[in-house]
Amino acid sequence: MTKSKASVCTPDQQRELLRFMLMAREFDTAMLRLYRQGKAFGGVYSQLGNEAVSVGSAYALDRRNDVLFPMHRNIGGHFVFGQSLDQLMLNHLARNGSQMRGTDGTGHYADPALRIYGNVSHLGAMIPVAAGFSLADKLRGITTVSMTYIGDGGAQVGEVHEALNFASVHKLPLILIIENNQYAYSTPNSMEFACENLSDRAIGYGMHGVTIDGTDVELVYATCVEAVDRARRGDGPTLIETRTMRMRGHAEHDDFAYVPKELLEQWAKKDPVETYIALLDKRKVMSRDEATVLREQILADMIAAIDRALEQPWPNAEEGLKNVFMSEQVGG
Amino acid sequence: MIMTYLEAIADAIRVEMRTDKSVFMIGEDIGAYGGAFKLTKGFLDEFGPQRIIDAPISESAIIGAAIGAALNGMRPIAEMQFMDFVTNGFNQLVTVAGTTAYRWSIPVPMVVRGPSGGGVGANPFHSRNSEAWFVHATGLKVVCPAFPDDAKGLMAASIRDNDPVVFFEHKGLYRKIKGEVPEGEYIVPLGKARTVREGKHCSVIAYGSAVHMALEAAAMLEKEGIDVEIVDIRTLVPFDEDSVLASVRKTGRAVVAHEAVMTAGFGGEIAARIADKAFQWLDAPVKRVAAFDSPTPFAPTLEKAVLPNAEVLAHTIRRVCSF
Ligand SMILES: Cc1ncc(C[n+]2csc(CCOP(=O)(O)OP(=O)(O)O)c2C)c(N)n1
Ligand SMILES: [Mg+2]
Repeated sequence: MTKSKASVCTPDQQRELLRFMLMAREFDTAMLRLYRQGKAFGGVYSQLGNEAVSVGSAYALDRRNDVLFPMHRNIGGHFVFGQSLDQLMLNHLARNGSQMRGTDGTGHYADPALRIYGNVSHLGAMIPVAAGFSLADKLRGITTVSMTYIGDGGAQVGEVHEALNFASVHKLPLILIIENNQYAYSTPNSMEFACENLSDRAIGYGMHGVTIDGTDVELVYATCVEAVDRARRGDGPTLIETRTMRMRGHAEHDDFAYVPKELLEQWAKKDPVETYIALLDKRKVMSRDEATVLREQILADMIAAIDRALEQPWPNAEEGLKNVFMSEQVGG
Repeated sequence: MIMTYLEAIADAIRVEMRTDKSVFMIGEDIGAYGGAFKLTKGFLDEFGPQRIIDAPISESAIIGAAIGAALNGMRPIAEMQFMDFVTNGFNQLVTVAGTTAYRWSIPVPMVVRGPSGGGVGANPFHSRNSEAWFVHATGLKVVCPAFPDDAKGLMAASIRDNDPVVFFEHKGLYRKIKGEVPEGEYIVPLGKARTVREGKHCSVIAYGSAVHMALEAAAMLEKEGIDVEIVDIRTLVPFDEDSVLASVRKTGRAVVAHEAVMTAGFGGEIAARIADKAFQWLDAPVKRVAAFDSPTPFAPTLEKAVLPNAEVLAHTIRRVCSF
């Protein structure tokens, strides 16, 4: 693991990175509350501890031209790419007006205008798709970087192998971030893979690979900027393994008693949001008090968005009985 | 122009690629080699390596990349070297391609195509008829042509369709079946059955290789005074229920035939619809003719025992007509 040196970001960028991370953190906290109140159903997957990865990586992209394929612990990236709180809440709570009309939930939506294409539940399935998205533009002579994610557990799915090899053979501008948060549901790293670093696999695909500390947002950002540059130069895909800790259960139903307390305590000291607040205070980019004001504002916006979403009715039942094919739909 | 079934499919793709720059092909050995069945012979020279893409042996990556390219405005055609190997890319088709319109309202205009079917001594892993799996998946269109002209027109329609299409070519028909095929642009819309033979005593509802089986059986039965009507449904999704019901209402008898295994095959669905919606018109129970529920075996004697044939079909029609 390498350590971040002097800031690679301007003060404005630093403040923005913090803002996105705070949004991600507060979104998670809000979802947790909604789950406990019985208002959020299905799986509520916290990204607590992963904010620096999802924000720092998406922040390295050109969001007008590149494309983001986020996974279940990447809510930060949705904010970086300009998704509104209202839309996210409607999707997560499956209310009327959600982009997927209630057919699916959480971050599974696609918003082509914002260049966000969500995942399916099947881990690894969207990585070949992300590669194909870039391939289409390559055929048109355009370089569109696709960024996508997989967990330390999901990285063992066969499609991941196929997609990485394919992307490397075709020198596609794909960036895959393996979010190693030590656990895949209840299964620790030691039962998921036997290599030292998951990024070591890159060499087998003939692509660049690196393992970094995923709690350091500027390090994540800088590493991804390099990967984006490499992709734009036509030098193909990059595999980045970020090391973090999943600070909550797999989803909120899971009490994660199988995780040793000491491990959580140890990683809590490296909380990506708290350490960044301290760093910006030390650098005099943003004081702690200013950070608190910012956080309160984000929280207020969050609560307002939740209230608006909860005022919405459930989608009309007939939405479930149509549109299986594009040929039934406008534009099909 | 007289073309084989294989030439007709190649012709459709060539015509569509000439007129639409967003159409490209991806698959194993489809470039310089021209594909395992030489369907893309000459394509690399005409369209270049950007549009005729040789892929590694990675069916998930091939289908997945096609989905991604389709989401990004292209119209990819992904070749499975044998349709059997679609199992390795099954997740991409079923989980991703088949759910996208419903969830996202974004078109995934792609075709996954390849040789399927048995009767050619090819072993259990190069002979499967897996079309019913994809019908059951939801969100995928499923096409099984029987004749060269239909193969061409349906392929062109599949390429132009804004939904993902799984296109089953029967390898046994590739070079065996020839016929007149319109030149240039030619479309046969998805979801329209074709009455291949008019008759008054019994309707045979079939698709793919079973249509040829039905023609053979009808010729045999004609000498016995049994006049068979044959309805080739051509596409399983969308399914032209109206044409099937109209034929059954006319003849009062139905035999459903396909080369795929019997249990939970598409024939069961057709039989159920007939029972549900044409019961009053039926003079006999609806019968099915299909393969024995096993993998397709290798030895010719075994394969012949497992797959349906014209004799069995003719026998079944006789029984239905004398019920
Ligand atoms: C192919 C597949 N198998 C099983 C599951 C069920 N599942 C969902 S998340 C998960 C654990 C994922 O762990 P990891 O990839 O490390 O990601 P994390 O949740 O830790 O971020 C499992 C087993 C799934 N979604 N997809
Ligand atoms: Mg994990």
